[in-house]
Amino acid sequence: MSKEWPLWEIFIRGQHGMSHRHVGSLHATDAEHAIKNARDVYTRRNEGVSIWVVEAEKITSSSPSDKGPMYDPARDKIYRHPSFYDIPDEVGKM
Amino acid sequence: MYAQMIKSEATEDDPQRLAEFQARIDAGEKIEPKDWMPEGYRKTLIRQIGQHAHSEIVGQLPEGNWITRAPTLERKTNLLAKVQDEAGHGLYLYCAAETLGVSRDEMTEMLLDGRMKYSSIFNYPTLTWADMGAVGWLVDGAAIMNQVPLQRTSYGPYARSMVRICKEESFHQRQGFHIMMAMVKGTEAQKRMAQDALNRMWFPALMMFGPSDKDSVHSSQSMAWKIKMNTNDELRQKFVDETKPQADYLGLTIPDENLKWNEETGHYDYTEPDWNEFFEVIKGNGPCNADRIEARQKAWNEGAWVRDAMMAHAEKKRGAKANGAAQ
Repeated sequence: MSKEWPLWEIFIRGQHGMSHRHVGSLHATDAEHAIKNARDVYTRRNEGVSIWVVEAEKITSSSPSDKGPMYDPARDKIYRHPSFYDIPDEVGKM
Repeated sequence: MYAQMIKSEATEDDPQRLAEFQARIDAGEKIEPKDWMPEGYRKTLIRQIGQHAHSEIVGQLPEGNWITRAPTLERKTNLLAKVQDEAGHGLYLYCAAETLGVSRDEMTEMLLDGRMKYSSIFNYPTLTWADMGAVGWLVDGAAIMNQVPLQRTSYGPYARSMVRICKEESFHQRQGFHIMMAMVKGTEAQKRMAQDALNRMWFPALMMFGPSDKDSVHSSQSMAWKIKMNTNDELRQKFVDETKPQADYLGLTIPDENLKWNEETGHYDYTEPDWNEFFEVIKGNGPCNADRIEARQKAWNEGAWVRDAMMAHAEKKRGAKANGAAQ
């Protein structure tokens, strides 16, 4: 019997010069259909200038339990930020 | 609003993990789909978001009733846009619920066989054009009151769909009020029609917030989990306080003799709706329960071949493409 249409994740570029941003998901039979539905569901008020669709099951994501090992190592590397380096005022703007 | 009497599910998880989970919520963190969550949290959310989604979809029916009979082309385009928004809101919410491991088809089936509910308000008929005004003004007004705080709910996908919905919904209430403004400036008969719509919709609108706090047995767990942000009576009071001056502006009378400003509390006193009627409507005995489910069932049945045919067509196209690439 009936098979549910696959789930697609929808990304929209809100305006020129901006990145595409995830706005939500919807069901559609294929990519073309997903774009048509995304236009109706997510851009009824001029919210976008471009749409990307990706089948949800094709997305690989990091696991929440890896949060520590993944992101903690960056925490103590404060020398990656400009504020780590003191430059005397007399040097001027840098 | 659209979620009434959501039963909190008991949860039998490891106390340590439960405490950690509660600490995350208390710290204002959002819970995301792949995060660990108590089984009760997941199930309660499915029930609540599902009921909310169903309400958006079933809520199209009473208004759809007037699209072809709107008095002007402008009113027709406005109403059409509003009803289309409701379809969109249903979709955002179904997708949020699906991240919790329930499928769209399962939710539809649960609506059709009565295992899942939708808001009691949509079981009342829309008898005249003025009802389109009253529905937008009161029903969407009540919905907004409930949805604005839900933008801060603990479950990320639900909160995000609420943000979108709230952004879109304020137009709904305004278009309803606009209809009422036109009606009360019209002929005596039109003014009477506006008053009649308010008379019929007032108490059903108050029921949208769910039973009185003293009878609301499922609130405390949901509030601790930030699935529910305010009590039913808090929101109902806020609604009465905001709506009374709007009715005054229209020159309409709220059908409640006990509605009076209370200096001491700084709120209006009002009569509670007839809770027996509310429980009857929830049980399926409202004026339109059978019609609403019949309409949804018909759409589901008659759309089945379209859903299947579109899937088959997409698969055929994929097959042709794969063959073409192989040759």
